[in-house]
Amino acid sequence: MTKEEKRELVKGILFTSPWLVGFSIFVIYPILASFYYSFCNYSVLQPPRFIGLLNYKDLFTDPIFWKSLWNTGYFVIFMIPLGLVTSLSLAMLLNTKVRGMAFYRMIFFIPSLVPMVAGSILWMWIFNGEYGLFNNFLMRVGIPHPPNWLMDIRFAKPAIIIMSLWGLGNMIVIYLAGLQDVPVSLIEAADLDGANWFDKLWNITIPMISPVIYFNVIMAIIGSFQIFSQAYIMTGGGPQRSTTFYALYLYQTAFEDFRMGYASAMAWILFVIILILTLLITRVSKEKIYYGG
Amino acid sequence: MKKSIVLLSIAVLAFQLAGCAREQDSSDIVKVSYWEKWTGFEAEAMQAVIDLFNSKKFRNKDGKAIQVEMNAVSEIDRRLLMATTGGNPPDVAGVWMWLVTAYAEKGAILCIDDYLREAGITEDRYLPVFWEICKYKGKMWCLPSTPASITLHWNKRLFREAGLDPNVPPKTIQELDAMTEKLTLIKLPGNNKPISFYELKSRTNYKNLLAKGKIIQMGFLPSEPGWWPWLWGYWFGGKLWDGKDTVTTDEPRNIKAYEWVRSYSEKYGVENIKKFSSSFGVFASPQNAFLSSKVAMTTQGVWMFNFIDKYAAGMDWAVGPFPSDEGKLRDVSYIEADVLVIPRGAKHPAEGFKFIGFVNTQEAMELLCEGQRKFTPLKEVSEGFYARHKNPYIRVFRALAESPDAFIAPKMIIWPEYQREMIFAYELVRDLKASPKDVLSDVRKAMQRRLDRELEISKRVEKKR
Repeated sequence: MTKEEKRELVKGILFTSPWLVGFSIFVIYPILASFYYSFCNYSVLQPPRFIGLLNYKDLFTDPIFWKSLWNTGYFVIFMIPLGLVTSLSLAMLLNTKVRGMAFYRMIFFIPSLVPMVAGSILWMWIFNGEYGLFNNFLMRVGIPHPPNWLMDIRFAKPAIIIMSLWGLGNMIVIYLAGLQDVPVSLIEAADLDGANWFDKLWNITIPMISPVIYFNVIMAIIGSFQIFSQAYIMTGGGPQRSTTFYALYLYQTAFEDFRMGYASAMAWILFVIILILTLLITRVSKEKIYYGG
Repeated sequence: MKKSIVLLSIAVLAFQLAGCAREQDSSDIVKVSYWEKWTGFEAEAMQAVIDLFNSKKFRNKDGKAIQVEMNAVSEIDRRLLMATTGGNPPDVAGVWMWLVTAYAEKGAILCIDDYLREAGITEDRYLPVFWEICKYKGKMWCLPSTPASITLHWNKRLFREAGLDPNVPPKTIQELDAMTEKLTLIKLPGNNKPISFYELKSRTNYKNLLAKGKIIQMGFLPSEPGWWPWLWGYWFGGKLWDGKDTVTTDEPRNIKAYEWVRSYSEKYGVENIKKFSSSFGVFASPQNAFLSSKVAMTTQGVWMFNFIDKYAAGMDWAVGPFPSDEGKLRDVSYIEADVLVIPRGAKHPAEGFKFIGFVNTQEAMELLCEGQRKFTPLKEVSEGFYARHKNPYIRVFRALAESPDAFIAPKMIIWPEYQREMIFAYELVRDLKASPKDVLSDVRKAMQRRLDRELEISKRVEKKR
């Protein structure tokens, strides 16, 4: 390295140093620290004490841990495909050439701008068993005894899934951008060949936006595993722990019980689960994703 | 040039870091920082006490004047945790009493025994329950600020309408249940006029009628407001632990209490009650179950008056002790208190205690409790305090705190977890999903395991100290 290059390097490092320092202090250090704490008895108020694998051992025999994992798994399994189909379908509808499209797009994007707390309180009213809009609608369409959504262990999770579908605006926008990049020439060629709408969707649109789908699925998996606010505000984890999701239980152990070591172990298990799922999806979809040029 | 840039960068960095640190006290004043969790009229009452303290110009040992500065802090439990861990806590914090056990156990607040001795503040100045609240493992960790007790609140108009004497509340749980039958109104399909459950139950196949009908008013509901689902055993003479190392969740009296909870679901129907409960609005609103006259009797604290005053000003109401099982116990009440603590790492602990001690003088305490519309935890109370107090039943709340059967939440390190377990157990019993005996036995086993683990850790830490 010449003297000039060295000087450039120093300058470069100096200019990026605010980011480097911030990244090290606020990202790298907490990640490493939480890994260490997961092997400790750590209440935050006292220095951590190394206890080996005890937290992990306790976790695997903790029924609430398994219950929260099951609740979260249930949410992820239903939310990902439902979210994918709903947002992609809406994006396709919003990609058609109709008068006033900007207005419709805005309508579907607005819910994702509503703060989670406000949205959750709104949906508590919508799902109200007695006066809720949702049950009112169900009764009008011929369901005489609709469920008491948030108070019923069978329906509390589905209620939260339905609510989450309402806030898909960001995903729709990303799909919309992807859809607008699908070459018109391919669609026109398919039209000339007499392809129907499904052929065009399956053979042109979906392959062309496959990187976008891949991105959205990964982001949705990460987001769904971290579901927290809705349950924290709407149900507090009940009834009968049916909405005690993983992140909610993690929060309770960390900030209500002061068991930061235990919570760190939970966080690392969640990280491993998400990592494995992401790798799995990447591997499975490797040959299915078309990156264009 | 190069040197000057480096020096300049260091200077900027140093200034920034200095900005993070606490402001230096000016030479003749010691500033005591105080974190308050309340806003609104409660915070104003504390500010009045602080103004009084500051006007008295107390001095510390070095002759410097002590000035208290209040900061209203939301989510104080989390922020105090972070500030204490970060080594930059306030000198005094006003926190919920349940924090004291965890903080004292972990050494995150200072033991105030020496300060109490020095200031001559002794147990005999307080109602026993409040001294007890501040004690953990034989040492004192805080002093109370404003207390609360829980009573039965009842709606006198609904009593009259049901043909009950509005001035005679239930004395036993059994009387409460009987009154509830008369105060519970059900609307049957095709009938405009609702009938009471008491009337309905004399009809043949009343259970079918009830299932088709709709509850529009209830006398009492164990799950309204549902803030303390772990509480009921105490009115049956039960306890949740032995005070040391044994969890006693499934002792017979607690089981009896949960059987009583179950009896409401069996009698009125799980789905009927759920539908009825769905019609309640949020607590702090005119649609509150009690304030909107949907539930005639409720368990509530001294603060309920403030909500009645705000949302249901014309309500004809009264308070009295919540009844006990077969009337075996008298004046049982759950007692809470806000408390003042000195966090570990406080810069001015002695000056901070001076303020805490001042709040606990009769003059300041009455000013604070009158402003926050609560009663005072001190034995000495002036007649003027009661005369000026806005809550017409303040003496009842105070009398309950004086009762030997007044109780506080278990001072267990695992209490937050224990509470969640009890909520879970309560929901299972309420929804008729499990028998009280089985579910409470499960809670006992799980919590005993957790308590054993925590006691073991606590012992190891003590040894190290």
